[in-house]
Amino acid sequence: MRWELLRNLVRKDLKVKYKGSTLGFAWSLANPLLLLVVYTFVFQVVLKTGIPRFGIYLMSGMLVWNAFSGSVSSACGAVVANANLVKKVRFPLLVLPLSAVGFAAVHFALQLLVLFVVILGLQYSLFGPELLLIVPAGAVALLFTVALSLLLSALNVRYRDTQHLLDVALVAWFWVNPMVYAYGLISDRLGDWTWVYLLNPMAVVVMTFQRAIYDPPPGNSTGSSSIIADTGYTFYLEHLGIAALISLAVLFLGLRVFRRFQADFAEDL
Amino acid sequence: MSSPPLAPPAQPDRPAASASASAAQSPGSPTVIRAAGVSKKFVAYHKRATSLKERFVRREGASGEDFWALRDVDVQIGRGQTVGLAGANGSGKSTLLKVLAGILRPTSGEVAVNGRIASLLELGAGFNGELSGRDNVYLNASLLGLSKREIDRLFDSIVDFSELRHKIDDEVKHYSSGQYVRLGFAVAVHVDPDILLVDEVLAVGDEAFQRKCLDKIAQFRAEGRTILFVTHSLDLIENMCDRVLVLETGNLIYDGQPAVGTKLLRQRLGSLPVEGGAVPYDLSPVKPTAVTFSRDPGGAPQVQYDPGEQLTVSVELDLTDYAPQHVYLHVDILGQGEVPIWMMETPPGGISPGPGIVMVDFVVPRLPELLGAFAVNVRVSDAATGHPVTVRRFEDLFGVSGPQVAGLLRVDYQAGLRR
Repeated sequence: MRWELLRNLVRKDLKVKYKGSTLGFAWSLANPLLLLVVYTFVFQVVLKTGIPRFGIYLMSGMLVWNAFSGSVSSACGAVVANANLVKKVRFPLLVLPLSAVGFAAVHFALQLLVLFVVILGLQYSLFGPELLLIVPAGAVALLFTVALSLLLSALNVRYRDTQHLLDVALVAWFWVNPMVYAYGLISDRLGDWTWVYLLNPMAVVVMTFQRAIYDPPPGNSTGSSSIIADTGYTFYLEHLGIAALISLAVLFLGLRVFRRFQADFAEDL
Repeated sequence: MSSPPLAPPAQPDRPAASASASAAQSPGSPTVIRAAGVSKKFVAYHKRATSLKERFVRREGASGEDFWALRDVDVQIGRGQTVGLAGANGSGKSTLLKVLAGILRPTSGEVAVNGRIASLLELGAGFNGELSGRDNVYLNASLLGLSKREIDRLFDSIVDFSELRHKIDDEVKHYSSGQYVRLGFAVAVHVDPDILLVDEVLAVGDEAFQRKCLDKIAQFRAEGRTILFVTHSLDLIENMCDRVLVLETGNLIYDGQPAVGTKLLRQRLGSLPVEGGAVPYDLSPVKPTAVTFSRDPGGAPQVQYDPGEQLTVSVELDLTDYAPQHVYLHVDILGQGEVPIWMMETPPGGISPGPGIVMVDFVVPRLPELLGAFAVNVRVSDAATGHPVTVRRFEDLFGVSGPQVAGLLRVDYQAGLRR
């Protein structure tokens, strides 16, 4: 693996993206900010979900989701977008989808930092042992994102429908993570079948980030159902373990497909 | 890996007369590129399943318009050789280069490369117009495999070579196309490759730049590096190359001395109509020089035969310029009015002559009872590729005569009055 090349590609993407714009990176905050305003209005004011400090609840889960969906979506087109390079230069092609993930990861880290600053600025509690959960949760998120990115970027070269399918799937996928609604709503409804919901690695990642950052009110309840899944740690670590296994399986598949397809990339493009 | 700069290119240690596929390699120089039986098939784009729907709707086997860009190409290139790759447009030159560079996977056959390879298929591929020349140098060089430290060390040299120091911090989109390729070439030649693969990139840029590129290639050559470049310039092949590969419709039709290769190319690119795409025999690398008739192989020449007698038709082939591994000969015996009477050919797979002048004998144990004067037409093909090499109709005749005075055939008969 050529890390230096990967770093250079990520830096290139960042440079190109923010070149000539005065606000530069500040623009990457515009999108989550807009979502914050819209979702807060809809779910807090109109639908009255009853989640206190809804903005922080929303952001603690959605930043990592945005990083995931952004990564996967741009990684999916990464090989196709660099057709000219793939056809003319021999280099490790894996860096193409990986650089898309790296690009999103940089944004995610900075956005998370801004969120922390806001939380501290509002004088909410942030630092507790639970904050350490972002390390395993971030690791699983990265693993799953990389796995899916490799798989999709390779598939998309041969089957260009992949990108369109993915974009539709991501819209649906958004809603099967407890980001804008409380987890309790799902677990109450699904009961014994909640484990199916938890097979989605991103749901587990989102929930763990919420546990790490969001401070639930006493009783962890909206009045009718719980807000976050669990107030302990083992629940999250267990499910992260399962999510990691699923991610590894996807990674294995993704690498296999990528390796098999990559010899024909130059021809298929 | 640097030999003394004054060392002559690796030409003199090669036997001057023979330039067959194997002899073109200087003895003792290790093979750095080996392509064995490489074929590349392109499937017409609209024939391929490019969407999931097609994948499921269409069953395999529906593909029709396959296109073979390379057919069973065997090439071995030794270290230090400068090899020109020539042929008409669409003959498979670039495809071969891409297969050797590892960008395209051959449909069948194998490629082995030994050494650091740099391919200049397009200068400045991967440059981003939004970034400065400096950023692009770093990005491009790291794509080509250099580490940051190496690039730091080479940066000044790259910029000097490109002669773009005054613009190096400008965005590349403001460069002229000439400046663009100059920077691309500067990066590529600093990668310090053992093997340099160059597509027709030397055709771009102004004359001064082209001269500079050629100087660099000459320098690489003097340093004992291996260079394989695609070119349409016959001058370049004659002046820069130790060896030339000529491709035609995916077949390697010639591999050997530049002087012969260019002759062949002039012939091919000119529009002399020759049967089956073959070359006139005097220009062909494989020359059927003579045909002789005798009773026994190697016996005294003889032109007059009786029916039932043994005849040996001997074809002399001059293979000093080029010896294909498998030569296929087809001999037509022509009667009056060029009517083919019978034909003889070498066994399937051809024969394997060494370089030099060889004789191929066709022995007819019993001449048929067919009288007249016969001429010989010889067709030569490369048995490995099936491609016609040349054709020659000889003026020499042999005759078969019998006691009867008229007619072509002697037929047994009895004549008598019916009682």
